[in-house]
Amino acid sequence: MSSVLFDLPGPRARLRHRIATVVAVIVLAAVAAWVVKVLWEKEQITPEKWQPFTEPQIILLLLEGMAITLATAAVAIVLALLFGAVFAAGRLSNHAFLRWPSTMVVEFFRAVPLLLLIFFVFFQFGSTLETFGALVVGLVLYNGSVLAEIFRAGILAVPGGQSEAAYAVGLRKSQVMRLVLAPQALRSMLPAIISQSVVALKDTALGFIIGAPGVVRDAKAIYISPLYNNVLVTGIVLAAMFIAVNYALSKLAVYLESRMRREGKAVVTASAGAAD
Amino acid sequence: MYLSELGSRLLDGFLVTLQLLGWSALFATLIGTALGAFRVSPIRPLRALGTSYVNVFRNTPLVVLFIIAVFGLPVLGIFRGNFFWLAVVALSTYTAAFVCEVVRSGVNTVDIGQAEAARSIGMGFSSSLRQVIMPQAFRAVIPPLASVYIALAKNTSVAAAFGITEATFQLSGLQRDFASRLLFNFAGIALGYILIVAVISLTASRFERRVAVSR
Amino acid sequence: MRFTRTKAVVAAAGLALALAGCGEDGGGSSEYEVVENPEFEAGTSLAKFAEEGSITIGVKTDQPGIGFLEPGAEDPTGFDIEMGKIIAGQMGISADNITWKETVSDNREPFLQKGTVDLVLASYSIDDEERRNIVGQAGPYYVTGQQLLVAANDDSIGGPEDLDGKKVCSVTGSTSIETVEKEYGAKPIPFDTYSACVNQLQNGSVDAVTTDGAILLGYVAQDPENLKVVGPEFSEERYGIGFEKGDTAMCDFLKKEIEESYDNGTWEQAFKSTLGESGVETPEPPAVDDICFTD
Repeated sequence: MSSVLFDLPGPRARLRHRIATVVAVIVLAAVAAWVVKVLWEKEQITPEKWQPFTEPQIILLLLEGMAITLATAAVAIVLALLFGAVFAAGRLSNHAFLRWPSTMVVEFFRAVPLLLLIFFVFFQFGSTLETFGALVVGLVLYNGSVLAEIFRAGILAVPGGQSEAAYAVGLRKSQVMRLVLAPQALRSMLPAIISQSVVALKDTALGFIIGAPGVVRDAKAIYISPLYNNVLVTGIVLAAMFIAVNYALSKLAVYLESRMRREGKAVVTASAGAAD
Repeated sequence: MYLSELGSRLLDGFLVTLQLLGWSALFATLIGTALGAFRVSPIRPLRALGTSYVNVFRNTPLVVLFIIAVFGLPVLGIFRGNFFWLAVVALSTYTAAFVCEVVRSGVNTVDIGQAEAARSIGMGFSSSLRQVIMPQAFRAVIPPLASVYIALAKNTSVAAAFGITEATFQLSGLQRDFASRLLFNFAGIALGYILIVAVISLTASRFERRVAVSR
Repeated sequence: MRFTRTKAVVAAAGLALALAGCGEDGGGSSEYEVVENPEFEAGTSLAKFAEEGSITIGVKTDQPGIGFLEPGAEDPTGFDIEMGKIIAGQMGISADNITWKETVSDNREPFLQKGTVDLVLASYSIDDEERRNIVGQAGPYYVTGQQLLVAANDDSIGGPEDLDGKKVCSVTGSTSIETVEKEYGAKPIPFDTYSACVNQLQNGSVDAVTTDGAILLGYVAQDPENLKVVGPEFSEERYGIGFEKGDTAMCDFLKKEIEESYDNGTWEQAFKSTLGESGVETPEPPAVDDICFTD
């Protein structure tokens, strides 16, 4: 392995690395064994704690819950894409009376915590939107604003010659955007959009705080119950479910990104939302 | 009357928010940097550890980490009844995954020729790391690290549902006592977060300018 | 774990259920009289429900002993559920023809106004100033008040005056959490649900949980060995049955049937099989208000 930090190792370095590897394996294994031992002694990972997850009704409950969570996230992402497209267009507008409000909206919703936003929407419109609607609106406002920034960056990243050429053949601004810039930008933005979808899916889990239906609320009914008393195991199961879905989505993003890089297309990085 | 009440509750809330942010940022940076070093090290099991940590903690929703920490750790006798530190555990282990990614990509932004040049003029590992690679990586790390801290500042709000009376929690109490002024209550709290976000990004950009070099 | 669970279910459900083998039904469920062909004045909502033979009732699903849905179970259980069955039975509707709809505190009025649910039995406090202006509320069928839930072996807290500096858990934004903080100097610990608070009490992270005594009793019924309710009630909550505003026939019917359930023992039966599992004695049933609406 050659990296910025190391040359290709010689025989002595290889020996050193090998010794370090053995030591690291022993230390990591010891730590892992100790954690398992503590968990076992505290009776937190005993078979009876896992037992509920072998009951068909519980498995069904969690799968249904995950389906609702995924559906909620999907609705939110689709609406957020629309929201993002509208406000990205607004920010790219030549008219200040469109540009300024769009900028304000996007910057505001990106700076405010999503949970605060969800609480606000729930208090204000909860009686009509219900918990599901309040959660979706919160997700759309936040993720839509992040996507608006991704879209804007994507459009701006298309080489200037493209729009110059389009104007030169007599297209209007809306046509340039629709026919020339957006299609090219969209391809380069795909990985970032998928990354943001992962963020949105994770954020959907916040919904249980206002009582919105979803897998976390269902899992909570299990770990909170004195009948099962298995919060650590339930937490592990819950985390594993999300990791599986998100890992698949992330891999898709990486694959798309590498394919585009091979094709020599510009790629908009997902840094805007990746940290959430 | 209302305004002074709003002011005092916001003060109470944001004081806790800032403490959460400070401690979580500290621990996330320490853990994340260590993991980032693991990921660029030549020792395979350490690299694997770094990679799995990032994959696990970045793909788990923060609330799930909160559930495991706040409901699970007390069962093991860890931080029982100490909701503040349980929240710090959840926030810093989550954020550490993002810090780790920032550190790793920061090191990787340094051109490989820089290291080769350093070695070719006879610099050893530690001096090339200290004098050539780290200064460049550090510069590349500042803007994304600021984004991570901004996300962390906003993420502290999740603690509101886990026993912490921080800023976002205050909205529920204000809603109970001053329901008719919901928009105002919301705007007040939102403004606090916007200020925190602004301070972080301004600090980062000033800092970035200071360490910038013309190339 | 499995064993205790079955045991609890059988103990709560009584012989009928145990024989029927409905082990997954979760505690407290009994049979009530279902009137055949009840007579109601034509054109009233009552006549419509009796005619259709079905009704939708809004209930809580996260309050053990009152309205609670066991993970993965079909039907909820609890005192409110039993009262719903008693009332529906008098309309000629059997328990299997009741649709239980989950309601949370914020959507009970909109659900009644939009007709999403026909009745609400969801630890629904009667409120003359706000609620009775927009919906009907018959009752009370149960009176409770803010109390404290503590660990069974904790003798340091006997009432609200002992809360100074203690960690007291309640739901974010509730009045109870404000009362214990402002008036009794407790350190408030907010969570999203009472169940979460009770869990924190069980693992020793908080000193007490506070809200309506009835809700707390429900948790004691679930875990009587480790939990107890202490102290006087320091507020009064009167649970009523919600229905659509202006339905006077329904108001008269509900008032009559609540009182009837006091007299014929079904109210006591409902209490004993649910909240009574906590070990408390069955209280005196409260007097029913004359009115259901305010104008």
